[in-house]
Amino acid sequence: MHHHLTTAAITLGSLIMASFITKPNDSVPAGYKAGDKAADFKLKNINDQFVSLADYKTAKGFIVVFTCNHCPYAIAYEDRIEELDKKYASKGYPVIAINPNDAVSYPEDSFENMKVRAKQKGFTFPYLYDETQVTAKTYGALRTPHVYLLQKSSSDLIVKYVGAIDDNSQDAKAVKIKYLENAVDELLAGKDVSTKETKAIGCSIKWKKA
Amino acid sequence: MKHLSLLSFLLISVSSYAQNTPYITFNELEKIMYQQDDTVRIINFWATWCKPCIEELPAFEQISAEYKTQKVKIILVSMDFKSKIDIQLKPYIQKNHIQSTVFVMDQTDSNIWINKVSTEWSGSIPATIFTLQSKQLSFHEGKYSYEELKQKIQSIIQP
Repeated sequence: MHHHLTTAAITLGSLIMASFITKPNDSVPAGYKAGDKAADFKLKNINDQFVSLADYKTAKGFIVVFTCNHCPYAIAYEDRIEELDKKYASKGYPVIAINPNDAVSYPEDSFENMKVRAKQKGFTFPYLYDETQVTAKTYGALRTPHVYLLQKSSSDLIVKYVGAIDDNSQDAKAVKIKYLENAVDELLAGKDVSTKETKAIGCSIKWKKA
Repeated sequence: MKHLSLLSFLLISVSSYAQNTPYITFNELEKIMYQQDDTVRIINFWATWCKPCIEELPAFEQISAEYKTQKVKIILVSMDFKSKIDIQLKPYIQKNHIQSTVFVMDQTDSNIWINKVSTEWSGSIPATIFTLQSKQLSFHEGKYSYEELKQKIQSIIQP
């Protein structure tokens, strides 16, 4: 009896533990896939002004990049993200960068440090702070960097591509496939995006402790 | 006998590899992951700059020591950038006396190999996979505590 009780207690304990452990993941929905409608947001930019996608009346779409200050993969892509904005903003696809990380665990990713980094690097694109992490969760962003290419379709924003910027995080010069650029070019040419989803190694998004 | 010498060759090459923290392609890693012996392999993808990875590493080291006499082997696959191997990874391994085998992933095109590790993997680290011969026993994305890791191994070796 005692043995069974103990077993039951352990089982119950591990069940509770298991549900506790999986909780942070449960609060993250499956996330957007190509074809889904994306939600707009209103987030604070590094100039203290709030930015929404609806503010961009003439844009054809957006390159939304979840990124941050501290992650080596995000840092490795900073210049490439800047180049993407320089290349595609004028063509109707501006870059919108969003930092969703919990600044309590990662002070380097604080709003103040976002301002410092943007100034150092001379970012031409908005660098927004997803302080509540609602936008990252709604989109289903899991790592930095994690890209969502959106296209305007009447009043909707349709997800056209989700994933990596290209196939070589470490070395921009050795890139063979520019997944994101290919997708934007296809949209600009009025074509369907051929590669709609890719994966990449990245830093997990640092969710706030409940 | 032939098998034994092949096995010892593999063991020697793996352990000598470890000291030099060698680069490894995905194909090479796959061969190690799915070796046709009776050892359960726990392959952990990590990096020195990844805070949750560093936090869970002592658990892997402890498990590695505890299961030394059993057919359980831990392999740490570092995602550190090439430019950081000598200045960051090697000093880290030395300073923390890491005993597990460490490889450095030398493979671009992560879109292809991430799915080969596990289709469940989003690509964020840490991530851990358990293998036995050609089988993938379990996959876990995110940090392991010592208790969770121990429980998982127990459930695998003493089901």
